[in-house]
Amino acid sequence: MNALPLMLIGLAMFAGGYILYSKFLGDRVYKLDASFKTPAHDLQDGVDYVPTNKFVLWGHHFTSVAGAAPIVGPAVAVIWGWLPAFLWVTVGTVFFAGMHDLGALWASARNKGRSIGTLSGRYIGRRGANLFLVVIFLLLLMVIAAFAVVIKNLLISTPSVVIPAWGAIVVALLVGQAVYRFKMNLALVTVVGVALLYGLIFLGDAVPVELPDPFLGMSPATFWILALFLYAGIASLLPVWVLLQPRDYINGVQLFIGLGILFAGVLLSAPAIVAPAVNDAVPAGTPDLMPLLFVTIACGAISGFHGMVSSGTSSKQLDKETDARFVGYFGAVGEGMLALGAIIATVAGYRTVADWEAVYGAFGEAGVGAFVDGGGAIVRDGLGLPASVSATVLATMAVLFAATTMDTAVRLLRFVVQEAGEAAKVKINNGVATVVVLAIGLGLTFSQGSDGAGGLRIWPLFGTSNQLLAALTLSIIVVMLIRKRRNPVPVLVPLAFVFVMSFWAAIVQLGDFYDEGDWLLLAIDVVIIVTAVWVAFEALVATRRASREPPEAPDADAKEVEARA
Amino acid sequence: MTSRWASFRAGLEEFYAGPYRRTFARARREEDDLFRMVVLAEALGVPDPAAYYTAELMPALYEDFHAWHRRMGMDRSPLEHVGCC
Repeated sequence: MNALPLMLIGLAMFAGGYILYSKFLGDRVYKLDASFKTPAHDLQDGVDYVPTNKFVLWGHHFTSVAGAAPIVGPAVAVIWGWLPAFLWVTVGTVFFAGMHDLGALWASARNKGRSIGTLSGRYIGRRGANLFLVVIFLLLLMVIAAFAVVIKNLLISTPSVVIPAWGAIVVALLVGQAVYRFKMNLALVTVVGVALLYGLIFLGDAVPVELPDPFLGMSPATFWILALFLYAGIASLLPVWVLLQPRDYINGVQLFIGLGILFAGVLLSAPAIVAPAVNDAVPAGTPDLMPLLFVTIACGAISGFHGMVSSGTSSKQLDKETDARFVGYFGAVGEGMLALGAIIATVAGYRTVADWEAVYGAFGEAGVGAFVDGGGAIVRDGLGLPASVSATVLATMAVLFAATTMDTAVRLLRFVVQEAGEAAKVKINNGVATVVVLAIGLGLTFSQGSDGAGGLRIWPLFGTSNQLLAALTLSIIVVMLIRKRRNPVPVLVPLAFVFVMSFWAAIVQLGDFYDEGDWLLLAIDVVIIVTAVWVAFEALVATRRASREPPEAPDADAKEVEARA
Repeated sequence: MTSRWASFRAGLEEFYAGPYRRTFARARREEDDLFRMVVLAEALGVPDPAAYYTAELMPALYEDFHAWHRRMGMDRSPLEHVGCC
């Protein structure tokens, strides 16, 4: 089969989902109301609550949710063949992710723009809010460890990416200075910044950097991991305008460019798919497709992390409630497109099935590396760029995504540590808190070997906790819908599915970790299982309560807004 | 065409600034709090050699005084001569 029809079918499904299903959800289930006074207007403060143009808001939302995760997940999961991954990404985006992101946005907008964590306090009970903190902590921790390994692998497998990956930090620093110190025109700065970044890509391609082994008394892998953690620690402590903000911005712009390049490459080269549709000869040690596929691909099909973005920030900026359809649902579609691109790159970017099987020799071994090589070949055939340059472009894109997620996650975890300290009546300053976070993160990474070789084993575990978060968000939406006496089935069915799959996956992984003697991951997995049972219990209690209580008045939310005014 | 370009640029600015607006506002508030501490030092019982000059700035702080002392964990105004609550 050729990849071009596959891409077109996928895009058509996304378009159909947006045009038909999101309209159904908006009109019949969530009943979006253009006259509802959104928190952005109701509580407008010029800081958090700012009515924002829906295209700009979509840009924020999409770039915050899309990162390395929708690339890593599908790239690992195509080991079961392209068909399962393709179906889960497309069906998942249309019926799961879009519904979830739109629902979280709606739920939050109907509740003064409060976050899912706070909402779980209101709709599920106080324990629900604590539960939420545990899941968030694990999620952030695993993201740091997994992405450090992802970046390290790319820096070693694609030496040409070393210069652009680290040089991008300098570009971001310059952009920050240009914008804030010299108040230069942003459009101009953007063009120059992107040009500089691509200049670095060509430079990196001409001068690949391969570290000697041993380097400074350690293997290159160990060195890169340490360097990445050091970078993440420093970046998270700097004032945000210096590095984090311009870096996020350049990444956002780069996301659109990279996505454009990848899809144009597929369109123009129409590569043949070499990988099997369903791989019936998976390498030894590969876990069963059911249920692991559904946690390996989390972002790109359904991801609880989106709920955090939807409810924490985007909902406070919604100009009209009806914009939620575009911002929430179409934001999920954007990420689905990235995941689709990753699938195509990893299954159609190789010449023969033997080449492909050589790359996918073991579960979790081929990840972003396969995306970079395969995607590089496609872009070369489609756009005529030299293969090494194309691969460097994609590798840079992946490294930048992973690195920005990493430094932001370190920053957020620092806050969690400080909050935990406050609860224990100990004041922890920024430096100490960051050191604590880095130590735990490094411990988790190096528990997988001193070169982090087994680091991607964390990946399915990360997906599991991510799906658990999604289940928590979906149960809040179900409770809200029941209280309003609306049809909860479009939310209830995906909720049950996601919950069963992630719970099942957690149990399966428990056995694997036990066999491997990996006690740290085993312990984390046990915590996840306990939280999962807890989520299910709390959600059941809350839904029962909601269906027994008298229905909410149809204008309850609007009344609440009026009462404040 | 010109207005399209202007709104595109405005959108771009928003795309840059939006996500970090809250962080900035918080940093600004922290700096303001520090400034407030310096100005109020004498009134709060900390000897301040520059009190003669800072006293002049006091009226500028009254507006947010109530929010400040609540933020600092004091339910009631700590200064007798400022009766905000």
